[in-house]
Amino acid sequence: MADKKKKNLPPEAQQYQAFQQKRETKRPLFKNCLKAFFVGGFICFIGQLITTFYIYFFNFTEQTAGNPTTATLIFLTMLATGFGIYDRIGQFAGAGTTVPVTGFGNAVIASAIEHRTEGFIMGVGSSMLKLAGPVIVYGVFSAFIVALIKTFLTKWSGF
Amino acid sequence: MLIGHRTWLFTNKPVIASTGVVGGPFEARGNIPNDFDILHDDTWLKQDSFEKAQQILMEEACQVAVKKLSMDKEQVQFFISGDLINQITPTNFAAKTIGIPYFGLFSACATSMESLALSAFIINNNGANYILSGTASHNSAAERQFRYPTEYGGQKPPTAQWTATGAGCALIAKEGKGPVITSATIGKVVDMGITDPFNMGGAMAPAAVDTITTHLKEKNVDPSYYDYIITGDLAHIGREISLDLLQKNGINVTAEQYVDCGLILYREGQPVLAGGSGPASSAIVTYGHFINLLKKGEINRILVVATGALHSPLSVNQGDSIPCIAHAVSIESGSGSS
Repeated sequence: MADKKKKNLPPEAQQYQAFQQKRETKRPLFKNCLKAFFVGGFICFIGQLITTFYIYFFNFTEQTAGNPTTATLIFLTMLATGFGIYDRIGQFAGAGTTVPVTGFGNAVIASAIEHRTEGFIMGVGSSMLKLAGPVIVYGVFSAFIVALIKTFLTKWSGF
Repeated sequence: MLIGHRTWLFTNKPVIASTGVVGGPFEARGNIPNDFDILHDDTWLKQDSFEKAQQILMEEACQVAVKKLSMDKEQVQFFISGDLINQITPTNFAAKTIGIPYFGLFSACATSMESLALSAFIINNNGANYILSGTASHNSAAERQFRYPTEYGGQKPPTAQWTATGAGCALIAKEGKGPVITSATIGKVVDMGITDPFNMGGAMAPAAVDTITTHLKEKNVDPSYYDYIITGDLAHIGREISLDLLQKNGINVTAEQYVDCGLILYREGQPVLAGGSGPASSAIVTYGHFINLLKKGEINRILVVATGALHSPLSVNQGDSIPCIAHAVSIESGSGSS
């Protein structure tokens, strides 16, 4: 689509874009990947510690410890977001803090804090999922499609 | 007086009689803390929203400017201003508090010079004796308006810029002591099809080049006529691009002479990525830093070119490009200045 758009531009604009692209500071892709890998990995490491904690000290199994672990991580994210630390880590880590469940938590909590000034109904209530909404919409939708495929496959192939 | 197609020459030389410059905590730690009249150590300014905080910034800048001349605000005919937030409401509310007749403008970050050009034009043609001209922006209010919630942990690319928190206001008078406004060139919208709102410098650079080129041509002066040609908020990337474009067009602007408010405002090492931006960027640095230099006699002539990106979050989401504009105003040290 981007290419199609570019073709419609007058030659002057195309020329300028090529000119300005050369001067644009590029995202340091490799460095960003490394940072994301280590920070993201570290968050997962903390998650693993929490899981082990729940299994060891409470009556959870490896299958059931997932939910309380996620809840704990999101709670910690809430604190980090509220105290204004999470966005700073996010600028450093990029995908490392966006991809894990903490990134989802941050998107919801940051929106909730931001829209507090517009009240609890029209502000927090309606705008809380502004950033995280697409994850839920397409998450649920793709889960539904996968479930459909699974149903048809098991019915027809007799697994 | 109109010269050329879009340049005004102000033969009656309206005076920048006083200025008011207010900043936030991040600006206080920046490069030019001594050029502010008031610095706040809290971004909320004890208000319950960032938009209200921005309103207070604007009000304070105006009050400081009026107070410095020890005059009454009733003597001021007009307040000409604008900002970035929805329907320029922070400025509207500031105008309500200030209580003088008001023109609301929107030219995004070019509002400062649009306002100054119009103020000078009105005063030059005897439409007023005093006009308050200024603009304000607030980092967190602009983040929320154009980007993500302030606490959202998304990673910004190195081309992104940091919206300044602060306000700059000039009290323009028909006569008095102070630097004078000598000419202004009104920009036209230049759109090179850039769609990335995280690369404002790259989008706005051609608009700045267009206005600077036209100004020099219509005024028939060499770039060396000015001590500094000051852009509003092109930051590192936009400055470099526009300097290259100017030189490519055969305009001999030197790198020392070509400075950017977004780069002057902050210290090297502050996390502003490509540099500062926002309507307040050009207003603070011009009315604080450069007016002080003019008053001290360290420089004599400057051309301020405020650049603005005229998109909205809606137009960006609908895939539109970023239309940009730049307005230029020349300020010279007046004969009556100390």
